[in-house]
Amino acid sequence: MKTTGVHLLRELAPHVLGAVVRRYGDFDAAEDAVQEALTAAAFQWPRTGVPENPRAWLIQVAARKLTDHLRSESARRRRETKVVLETPPGENVVPPPDEAQVEEDDTLVLLFMCCHPALTRPSAIALTLRAVGGLTTTEIANAFLVPEATMAQRISRAKQSIKGSGVGFAMPPPEARNASLGAVLHVLYLIFNEGYATSSGGAHQRVDLSSEAIRLARAAHELVPESSEVSGLLALMLLTDARRPARSGPDGEIVPLDEQDRSLWNKEAVAEGAQLVTDAMMRGPAGSYLLQAAIAAVHDEAARAEDTDWLQIVELYAVLMRMSDNPTVALNHAVAVAMVRGPAEGLALLEKLDRDPRIKDHHRLDAVRGHLLERSGEIEAALTHYEAAAEKTASIPERDYLLLKIGRLRGR
Amino acid sequence: MKFMLMMHAPRGNGEYQINQWKPERFRAHIQFMRDLNKGLREAGELASAEGLAPPGQARIVRSNGEGAPEVTDGPFAESKEFLVGYWIVDVENADRAYAIAAKASTAPGPGGKPLGIQIEVRQVMSGPPDSP
Repeated sequence: MKTTGVHLLRELAPHVLGAVVRRYGDFDAAEDAVQEALTAAAFQWPRTGVPENPRAWLIQVAARKLTDHLRSESARRRRETKVVLETPPGENVVPPPDEAQVEEDDTLVLLFMCCHPALTRPSAIALTLRAVGGLTTTEIANAFLVPEATMAQRISRAKQSIKGSGVGFAMPPPEARNASLGAVLHVLYLIFNEGYATSSGGAHQRVDLSSEAIRLARAAHELVPESSEVSGLLALMLLTDARRPARSGPDGEIVPLDEQDRSLWNKEAVAEGAQLVTDAMMRGPAGSYLLQAAIAAVHDEAARAEDTDWLQIVELYAVLMRMSDNPTVALNHAVAVAMVRGPAEGLALLEKLDRDPRIKDHHRLDAVRGHLLERSGEIEAALTHYEAAAEKTASIPERDYLLLKIGRLRGR
Repeated sequence: MKFMLMMHAPRGNGEYQINQWKPERFRAHIQFMRDLNKGLREAGELASAEGLAPPGQARIVRSNGEGAPEVTDGPFAESKEFLVGYWIVDVENADRAYAIAAKASTAPGPGGKPLGIQIEVRQVMSGPPDSP
């Protein structure tokens, strides 16, 4: 089937699910029915052509699957049918056109449901990709390199958790809205990172999770355009993903930011991301996603690595540090300080992190220290820390990168 | 038939200490493994393959069901070898699994010659037999 068909189905998925859940109430069964309808469409549309109103077609098929399912369920139980279906299937299942607003809210409600704190993050990720992203269980399983049965079980448990926690298909109350949105952004951020981590090497015919995360973040941005954190997350994804063609070599080896061929960067993505940052910055105080996006924008807008405005990056990290006590941010801040005021100042800042149990044994602290020592000309000490980092990292490309660096330094 | 091919490396300071290798030798080693996996994947024989993080971060976990489980660093600090990574291949017969293991064992070492790394081959048990 053509990619446009797949994209159309994924775009329609949350609207269809929203309509079916609103009508029949049962999120779990409705979600299964919509998956069946999407599968049917993926098989049928390339043969018969896309129906005139694809959304109505999907809603109708999903509603029929759902009522079939509910009927056979009640028959199986040999009880009186508890579920009263007020409308016969196929009749008037399409919402009138003026329900566009309801539909938008549906997608947002679905996002809030799927990213609810009652779910574990892996469950929330899987359910979001399926219920809001319109991906099949097979696609999600392949993207995460786990067996399909495992992923199916994860999704099914996620739905049980939603049922158990009593989260209804409704907008969270206004006072909980910010926290709910924060949970959604975190899940989308994790999906993006998963794609970022797995996209180099070995990725054959897999759904591109980074692109899916960008698509979902874009949808969230359209639904809540006033939120500067949603803008910030979308911008951060675009500005990071823009470097994708340059950030790894032909065999998936890491190419660090300062050695990347910047002419390969996706200029449209950079421009869109930078514009989002500018617009959101004017709207009011910046949150952590927007600040991270601003830092990414400063990097992306430098024509050459040596043109990078490190002073501005130092300032942005300083603001981030005041906002949250995050050792990774402190580590990045130290790197930026070293770029502005020399490696000795950066190394001095690392000493505080040696006492932070959250990061003291992390390979990145060793890698950064190795880098700053190398820049200070202390090659032997640098080697010790690069070796420690290579020993600790769980990423094969990163380990290979560090080992090659070690080999080169030793060969000098 | 599925087989698990387990690559074991000896501990110590010998030629398996990859952080002592010259970059081009290390590159050649990585390339060999990539090509091997690519060949297996294209032949439809690769079920999965993973490299394991170094044993420095490994823990032994034990629990008798009462109280907190016991989590320790050892005793593999003293063991002579450790598991570096594994493949699960789905092949016609055991001989094919041995051939793949033999190929993997010839991955080039720091001097450019085959490393002769030790690979344990074990059959993966299957589910219940198909009904007749």
